[in-house]
Amino acid sequence: MDHHFERRALKLACNRQFRSAAIKPPGSVAASRQGICDATRLEVLTLSAQIWTLPATMAVETTAAVELRGLTKRFGSVHANDGVNLRVEPGTIHGVIGENGAGKSTAMKMLYGIFPPDAGEIIVHGEKRVWASPADAIAAGIGMVHQHFMLAGPYSALDNIVLGAEPVRLGVIDRRRARIRLDSLARQYGLPVDWGAAIEELPVGVQQRIEILKLLYRDARILILDEPTAVLTPQETNELFRNLKNLRDEGKTILLITHKLKEVMSFTDRVTVFRAGKVTGEMATSQTNPQELANLMVGRKVVLNINVPVARSRDELAMEVVGLGLAGPVRGSRHKLSDVSFSVRRGEIVGIAGVEGNGQSELLQAVLHPREPLCRTSGTVRFLGEDVTHWDARKIRDLGVAVIPEDRQREGLLLERPVSENFLLGLQRSSAFSHAGLLNAKNLQTAAAQAVEEYDVRPRDLTIPAGNLSGGNQQKLIVAREFQRQPRLVIAAQPTRGVDVGAIEFVHNRIVRARDEGAGVLLVSFELEDILTLSDRILVMYEGRIVAEFQRGQVTERELGLKMAGS
Amino acid sequence: MRKLFQPVLAVAFGLILGLGVTRIAGESPWHVLQILWRSAFGSSYDFGMTLFYSTPLIFTGLAVAVPFQAGLFNIGAEGQLTLGALAAAAVGAVWPGVPWPLAPALAILAAVAAGTIWGAIPGWLRAKRGSHEVINTIMLNFVAAGLASYVTLYLLKNPDTQNPETRPVGAGYLIHQFGIFGGAPVSLALPLAILAAVLVWILLWRTVVGYEMRAVGQNESAARAAGINTGRMTIIALAVAGGLAGLVGVGEVLGNAGKFRLGFSPEYGFIGIAVALLGRNQPAGVVAAALLFGALHKGTAGLDLETEHVTRELSLVLQALIILSVSADGLWSWMKKREAP
Amino acid sequence: MTGDLAASTLRVSTPLIFAALGGMFSERSGVINIALEGLMLLGSFAAAVGTLVTHSPWLGSALGMASGVLLAAVYALFVIRLRANQIVAGTAINMLAMGLTPFMCKILYDVTGSTPSIPLSERFQSAPLYLSWALVAACVLWMKYTPTGLWVGFAGEHPEALDAAGIRVNRVRWMAVLVSGALAGIGGASLSVFLSSSFSRDMTAGRGFMALAALIFGKWKPLPTALACLLFGFADAVQIRLQGVAVWGGHPVPVQFIQILPYLVTILVLAGFVGRSRPPKASGTVFEKG
Repeated sequence: MDHHFERRALKLACNRQFRSAAIKPPGSVAASRQGICDATRLEVLTLSAQIWTLPATMAVETTAAVELRGLTKRFGSVHANDGVNLRVEPGTIHGVIGENGAGKSTAMKMLYGIFPPDAGEIIVHGEKRVWASPADAIAAGIGMVHQHFMLAGPYSALDNIVLGAEPVRLGVIDRRRARIRLDSLARQYGLPVDWGAAIEELPVGVQQRIEILKLLYRDARILILDEPTAVLTPQETNELFRNLKNLRDEGKTILLITHKLKEVMSFTDRVTVFRAGKVTGEMATSQTNPQELANLMVGRKVVLNINVPVARSRDELAMEVVGLGLAGPVRGSRHKLSDVSFSVRRGEIVGIAGVEGNGQSELLQAVLHPREPLCRTSGTVRFLGEDVTHWDARKIRDLGVAVIPEDRQREGLLLERPVSENFLLGLQRSSAFSHAGLLNAKNLQTAAAQAVEEYDVRPRDLTIPAGNLSGGNQQKLIVAREFQRQPRLVIAAQPTRGVDVGAIEFVHNRIVRARDEGAGVLLVSFELEDILTLSDRILVMYEGRIVAEFQRGQVTERELGLKMAGS
Repeated sequence: MRKLFQPVLAVAFGLILGLGVTRIAGESPWHVLQILWRSAFGSSYDFGMTLFYSTPLIFTGLAVAVPFQAGLFNIGAEGQLTLGALAAAAVGAVWPGVPWPLAPALAILAAVAAGTIWGAIPGWLRAKRGSHEVINTIMLNFVAAGLASYVTLYLLKNPDTQNPETRPVGAGYLIHQFGIFGGAPVSLALPLAILAAVLVWILLWRTVVGYEMRAVGQNESAARAAGINTGRMTIIALAVAGGLAGLVGVGEVLGNAGKFRLGFSPEYGFIGIAVALLGRNQPAGVVAAALLFGALHKGTAGLDLETEHVTRELSLVLQALIILSVSADGLWSWMKKREAP
Repeated sequence: MTGDLAASTLRVSTPLIFAALGGMFSERSGVINIALEGLMLLGSFAAAVGTLVTHSPWLGSALGMASGVLLAAVYALFVIRLRANQIVAGTAINMLAMGLTPFMCKILYDVTGSTPSIPLSERFQSAPLYLSWALVAACVLWMKYTPTGLWVGFAGEHPEALDAAGIRVNRVRWMAVLVSGALAGIGGASLSVFLSSSFSRDMTAGRGFMALAALIFGKWKPLPTALACLLFGFADAVQIRLQGVAVWGGHPVPVQFIQILPYLVTILVLAGFVGRSRPPKASGTVFEKG
């Protein structure tokens, strides 16, 4: 008798029986299940002889663990999900893959009850469900491990896990009982944790284990993991997938949201591909390959590409980064940047491509605010020949560096102040706008009016708060301001995020013009459009490292997509 | 116009509620309102006293408004004004022979210096050590009270009286009082306060430093990204605030008592918070709000005499209610980016 | 002499301990509580009145506690529901109490200064002192061993996690603030009906802020906070005795320098010069779902 198979069959049967019973309060879950299992055991044993004769890999017509039918969600005018169809078989690891903004997170959040769909159905274990909140989804056995852990630092692992489902005896938390249950869960699924340790002292891999245990403690049968390996070291990643395989073998269904093709190919049973709010493919992993997946992920819609003349770069370096390293928050966790080195010549545009979360934000932070090291471990940064590794932000900007920030509302604008004041931000000490500590309001008005005209910022009103402008106009305002200083180095991060098509073209043109006027441009973007249109040289970042370099015109989208996904 | 609406509404709400409270005392709210009005503006003396109370409120209102613009809470105006007044009185007592106009200039300088230092300390602590200015300024209020008590009772005690006050300053220190207010000690401190408001306006809206301060208060991340030294702005904002609060000493010591009296301040520092809030942290608004609260302070003094049960403490109640109504609506969108102690 | 001093220290620390523990609940749940001063003040007034009327310090204290809860409810309303800035609203609450207490005193007793004296037999002799330490023990146990204690801590440390676990964060914060009102009210009661014999104007004299300082010094944990209160109480008890007696290099140490010691210590602690004190991570923030 195949013990493993019998155990699995027994578990499946028990689970099925248990599920059909009423939901029990957490404290007595273990006891009830045991009782029901005992009763079922006899039943199953008599069946097992028959089951055993069936081939283990036979595709039994099972009810899907999860089915999404025609799921639709709009945010404003954006179709985050447009008629999404997805089917997850029980007891499998199912990969959900796609680029940033493809809609996979949105679909999973609806599955988890964070917000309701505009249209479509969510079917769990054959039953159509409607969630009022995640609490409902949790009660139905769905659990989600978010990218940003929901753990409170000073509290112990145990406390974090039982929160909201504490076993109580005489008004007091019965930690002993919790510990017993957790020990058995840990044994069963191979997830050992020191229950008493405080979260903030534990490495990220262990924290993630705790997040998973949270779900198991609440008897989740469907586990959704959102980009789980983003923060893990390679060893921790292997361990995670070992654990996930265990979980699957014990009958859990696992949904893995990721952009990493390597992981999908190695660890999933089936995969669904998202692109631009729709599902472009769903198949068994064994029947596909990275190339095909990349195709499905990265098909490009036609966008007006501007004509970019050939670069005439100079030898002079606008920017040089050598051996930049950034450690992770807790000792033992993955480095955010590992030995990053590259340079940008004046008169060239270097684009850094990559999926969000692979170190780009950290790179920008490390480069622009080198004096505020977030555990910076090593490396030097040079701007225009000067070693700025220990400089403060003002000195760096005064060198002639323009910055289009990643998050313009947080880092680039004073939303409640008028446009004219925003135009001044960063320029307030320049001789054009100030003298002996006093601001020159007249010059400011003139220059701002001119800039607003030249960059077509609408409306042309200098007095309205910057927060009233549309995304595209805000970005044009920022570009106008930054280019006012006639920069020799431009660092542009996500320059077209949230920007309408017309403004995108404008921004692209302006960046190219800056390059032709002799500036070096570092472009960091999750949008392949930006990268492919503008870059003279393309670098790909993956897991905190530069993993590839291409010249303009020498790489296809798909190749790029592959590299971005770690292949 | 819409921006004015909210403070006016808040005042109205506070007044209505507060006057409603007087019903508990068995008084007619309308009657109380009349007393308030008469006591604040009825005669030239009354009006003068109103102005006298408003003057320090302009200073403390500005002392709270400037840091607010930089995103900071200055709850320490009370301590800053205490030390400012003490410094002015000390200079005047230790060097009584100095002639006018050098004398008051010296005293004013001392007052500003003392207040500035007392404001710079929590500013530095916040900038360099990251400890929140709210607790620090409150603590420093108590420390200042202790210091003032020590100096007044041990070092500069007035030998001619039992009152806890310092020796009188030399005659050359006293500044001119306007006679038209029937005896109320309205002095040159009032035009000085108006001047201070104008200067603060210039600072905030016409200088580079002011712009940078306001940027930090608006969006610290963006300010930092643009190269503004947020730590320096913190220290400057609180130091300037301290100096402004210290100027209260001018009106009190040089323009009124001629000495430092322990406990002379009827919570000017705290009321300054209400003044700044109501005045939307704008110098012009601060002046207007200071006038209102000065009137309230004087007005409620009349209540002691003219009603059975309602006393001047009603002013505190009214102010508290006004603060609550202002802070519930508008303040939240101003301050939501600030973090906690 | 030292036995005397010790007893005095314990007595004087009692109101601080109540207020500081009250503040602890509120602050741990993420709501800064500058209003402790006002809550205590109102509590001390109400307790005095209650005792005068009922001739029982227990009933009087109950009234003190109730008034603390009431005022705390106003605070919670503005700060949690209406999202007012916590520091500003807290200051307003203090001012409200400072204005209402003499106001009501005048109505009831025709003077704004103090309430009439409470005879010795109707005051507490030592009960609040023992109660305060029982409270310390209760708080230690509560925060560590009960679910609600855990929730309060999470509400201040990581409200999103608490919300994700299905607990209503703002409800927890409301409860915490009301509890802080109750405890601060009792603390005030112990001022007027235990340490002295009546309510007098502004009798809290900054104790609410001292309690806050003790809380920060005690890193928001019950036992260290109580010990910090002892420290401040000690300074208080000592300064009376040291007047004119303490000597430094031949000169008597002015009493004010001893009085300001607790405040200086707080500043130093906050500045990180004496150990690190980290407030709850979500302190002072507004929690909104989604």
